Amino acid sequence: MNAVNPSGWQPSMGRAGEGGDAPTASGDKGLMLEEPLIFELGVAGNCGVDLPDDPGEPDPALAKFLRNSAPNLPGLSEPETVRHYTRLSRQNYGIDLGPFPLGSCTMKHNPRLNEKVARLPGFADVHPLQPQDTVTGALEVINQLAMLLCKLTGMPGVAMSPKAGAHGELCGILCIRAALEARGDPREVILVPESAHGTNPATAAFAGYKVESIPGTADGRVDLEALKSRLGPDVAGVMITNPNTCGLFERDMKAISDAVHAAGGYVYCDGANFNAIVGKVRPGDLGVDAMHINLHKTFSTPHGGGGPGSGPVVLSEALCPFGPIPYTAKYEDGSIRLIEEEDAATEHPQGFGRMTAFHGQMGMFTRALAYILSHGGDGLKQVAEDAVLNANYVLRSCQDLLASPYGESGPCMHEALFDETGLAEGFSTLDIAKGLIDEGFHPMTVYFPLVVRGAMLVEPTETESKAGLDRFIASLRAVASRAREGQEALHSAPHYAPRRRLDETRAARKPVLVWKEESD
Amino acid sequence: MRYLPLTEGDRAAMLDVIGAASVDDLFVDIPADLRLSGPIEGVPNHASEIAVDAHMARLAAKNVSAGQVPFFLGAGAYRHHIPASVDHLIQRGEFLTAYTPYQPEIAQGTLQVLFEFQTQVARLFGTDIANASMYDGSTACWEAIQMAGRLTRRSRVVISGGLHAHYVEVARTMARFTKENLAMLAPSLTAQPDDAEVIAAVDDETACVVVQYPDVFGRIPDLAAIAEAAQAKGALLVVVVTEPVALGLLEAPGNLGADIVVGEGQALGVGLQFGGPYLGLFGCREKFVRQMPGRVCGQTVDAAGKRGFVLTLSTREQHIRREKATSNICTNSGLCALAFSIHLTLLGGEGLAGLARVCHAQTRKLVARLTQIEGVSCLNEAFFNEATILLPASARETVRELAEKGVLGGVAATRLYPGNEALENALLVASTELTSDEDIAEFGKALQGVLA
Amino acid sequence: MTRYFTEEHEWIAVEGETGTVGITDYAQGQLGDITFVELPEAGSEVKKADSVSVIDSVKAASDIYAPVSGTVSGVNPALEDEPEMVNSDAEGAGWLFKLTLSDSSELEGLMDADAYKSYVDGL
Repeated sequence: MNAVNPSGWQPSMGRAGEGGDAPTASGDKGLMLEEPLIFELGVAGNCGVDLPDDPGEPDPALAKFLRNSAPNLPGLSEPETVRHYTRLSRQNYGIDLGPFPLGSCTMKHNPRLNEKVARLPGFADVHPLQPQDTVTGALEVINQLAMLLCKLTGMPGVAMSPKAGAHGELCGILCIRAALEARGDPREVILVPESAHGTNPATAAFAGYKVESIPGTADGRVDLEALKSRLGPDVAGVMITNPNTCGLFERDMKAISDAVHAAGGYVYCDGANFNAIVGKVRPGDLGVDAMHINLHKTFSTPHGGGGPGSGPVVLSEALCPFGPIPYTAKYEDGSIRLIEEEDAATEHPQGFGRMTAFHGQMGMFTRALAYILSHGGDGLKQVAEDAVLNANYVLRSCQDLLASPYGESGPCMHEALFDETGLAEGFSTLDIAKGLIDEGFHPMTVYFPLVVRGAMLVEPTETESKAGLDRFIASLRAVASRAREGQEALHSAPHYAPRRRLDETRAARKPVLVWKEESD
Repeated sequence: MRYLPLTEGDRAAMLDVIGAASVDDLFVDIPADLRLSGPIEGVPNHASEIAVDAHMARLAAKNVSAGQVPFFLGAGAYRHHIPASVDHLIQRGEFLTAYTPYQPEIAQGTLQVLFEFQTQVARLFGTDIANASMYDGSTACWEAIQMAGRLTRRSRVVISGGLHAHYVEVARTMARFTKENLAMLAPSLTAQPDDAEVIAAVDDETACVVVQYPDVFGRIPDLAAIAEAAQAKGALLVVVVTEPVALGLLEAPGNLGADIVVGEGQALGVGLQFGGPYLGLFGCREKFVRQMPGRVCGQTVDAAGKRGFVLTLSTREQHIRREKATSNICTNSGLCALAFSIHLTLLGGEGLAGLARVCHAQTRKLVARLTQIEGVSCLNEAFFNEATILLPASARETVRELAEKGVLGGVAATRLYPGNEALENALLVASTELTSDEDIAEFGKALQGVLA
Repeated sequence: MTRYFTEEHEWIAVEGETGTVGITDYAQGQLGDITFVELPEAGSEVKKADSVSVIDSVKAASDIYAPVSGTVSGVNPALEDEPEMVNSDAEGAGWLFKLTLSDSSELEGLMDADAYKSYVDGL
């Protein structure tokens, strides 16, 4: 017989279950890859960019300012660079991999058309200080988006320049402050519900206000009577999140606004949760004076591992005159102009001024505009309905295993709130979160809002399919059951992630914030 | 609707589980008289990818993009080549679509990048430490001023006339409400920066002095002298860098005595984008760490002893300290920090120095060409990649006429300082590695024509 | 030496005109791993119930109030490098600062060890 398989290769299944935990020489395990720091990989002389020929010595006039040696920064070739960051990326969870149900964060799918249009050279390669005649398309983007945000919120004006949600809060509070000072009635106090995002009190303090907390009711909403009793001539305004951080719509919002206005104050609404109500109710109809819109939440611009965001602020008639510069103004002939310092004295004399260099997050405006145009009014209304439907589905599918502190307060809006009541002794919300990681999911927001002990806030968003949600619910239920039974292994979860639980105490006690040769 | 996965059948089945008759039942808490029904006035119905793509492309085409014409703008935003791999890598879904790394076990990618970024920024600035980014240079500058106030318990701030006008405006806006006392020096057209005036303005009440390096007119202040004078009075030196590539050539501010160094990181990896999103850089001395604003990533170990990274020192931040936080910032510029970090990794220290030499050399050529024109001179004794050109005519008008000739010829100083007649004829021009000799020749020819 | 306790879980041990202030063992247990202690400046004058110090744990920051009025005469230097001493010995080596009392009659409103124990048991 002739040899027909000279390579000797024969398929073999091996024996399953043997040697699975054995260490490897590299430290990697199959597709579970470890990656050193660039400072351990690269050297300062390497470069992954081909530069033009060295032009020689700099101008002698510069001599006394020159550094003695090149910055001590490692360089890598392009293939090494691509590999370094690609390997690192695989240690991250993203919305592209599965549900990312962080309450208050609105982690929805990021449409790739939006990425494409933001990169058109006509948007991406335009300088903010070009003559206005050379950027009419960019001004039109800002203006179109501004008009749409006004229509969706029922508000007459919008400040586009704030860089993120908290910056938008600052913008709104400064508008309120400027309006009060303009009428000769400076006030000192901003009221903030106990359940508010931490940015609310921080913003009010950053703007020079005293912050006072207002209590909630047993059903998880603002206590209208308590609020009314605190209103007075020293209260500049209130900051209310609606839907609130417990996932509930503030039914008394109009009454709150009326009471605040009657007392001479203004109403700031934290719009972080606008996704639940876009197309269903307009904040302008609820008496709101200012509300930031997180384009990186409701309008899907990517979170990018923590930013950039964008936080335009819609303003009521009363606050419009006090908004920041720059902004775009559309004239009767259809032309659009950017109003900056130069024209502010004539066009916008009461504005509170500038809060950032240039004109805001243009790269987010293009994405958000594409998103809104893609959905249209009809699609956005469906967004809110599906987001709320998905959250209620999670709430009612898990309520028997996970306590829902306001489960009897009516339907939730776009997020379902649970807490750790009923888990076995010694088991906590943290264990549920880490158990979900082993199940292949990103956990929900934990320990927020602060008013609920061991809070778990689940926001599935509208871009989860029912099948995907069913898988998530099955895992959440399984983990909740283990925590109720007190299965020890849950305490040490996650077991299957790139890292086990990390020592946060050590990180905070002796901070190591930059790499040093000896820091290992 | 292509982005919404639920089918009508799914919706019905889910309502059934919930025990609601219709989706409207889920919105009962919104008062009925305020609930919207039917189409939203003024908002069109949904549109296809083809239609939206075309709409956005039409708008984009109305702009003159920097790559289409000879281009010389700077003034706080710089056009550099961004290697193709940068944009590819930041579009990895695991980076692009991740949230703030609150669950560190499944966010080591973002966290390690932030740790590397912080180290790069600290080394570039010559500071002990750096944070994980701010919104942009102008807001980082204000945060530095506030931090200096907390550290010194003083409220007077001396601001150099060479600080970018927008940065000054941001500080002016905020100080009106927070009651800092700003001593703002006027911008002036002198060959040297206003170091002497800055030093003279420091007193025993001064929390910090704020100096831009190189300054808005391209001049280079003597940071060591200012640091010494400020610190002698117990004030801190805050240095603002709007063109980080300059630090490839110029000594790092931290090595010259700066206490806090902030900057705009846009020039590396981020692109012009009509002004945003950009990248605030923030570095300072290690002993100030508890007063530093913004997120910060730190090294630690996991339960199995492996090195890992977490967000740390969060008791400074709003989500824990609320009204007593060092800042209200939450979302920062994470993805821009990634782009910056990748670009800087591709360059390395030697590459950054080489890049800086090229930018500087092209600017020398530009200045030499423009000052050949009769009546045109250069203000600066020294400059890096941006200089102030003095024209025999209004710079605003000249810029407009140049644009009509197809040249984006810099930023008129009065665009930044409107109404300041002394600056009327001053034009800020910048060059980078993307500026070709032909661009410079075209600019020279066009300017000659405009001024003739 | 007499030791007094507050409802905010500070203790003060008084000897003559000087009081040594710390947080109670119960309080450190509630805070969890302590990561940083921000101490008042020596020489600063404080009034009873002023927030004079902050204790950080990983996920919380807690204000520490002056149990009585006085002048800060010294702070515990060991806490800068070893904040964990507040966890390991809250009522001994983990003391925070010393006060020169300006009005010792303020001590009268504070609890003694037995009263504090029943106060904590009731929480």
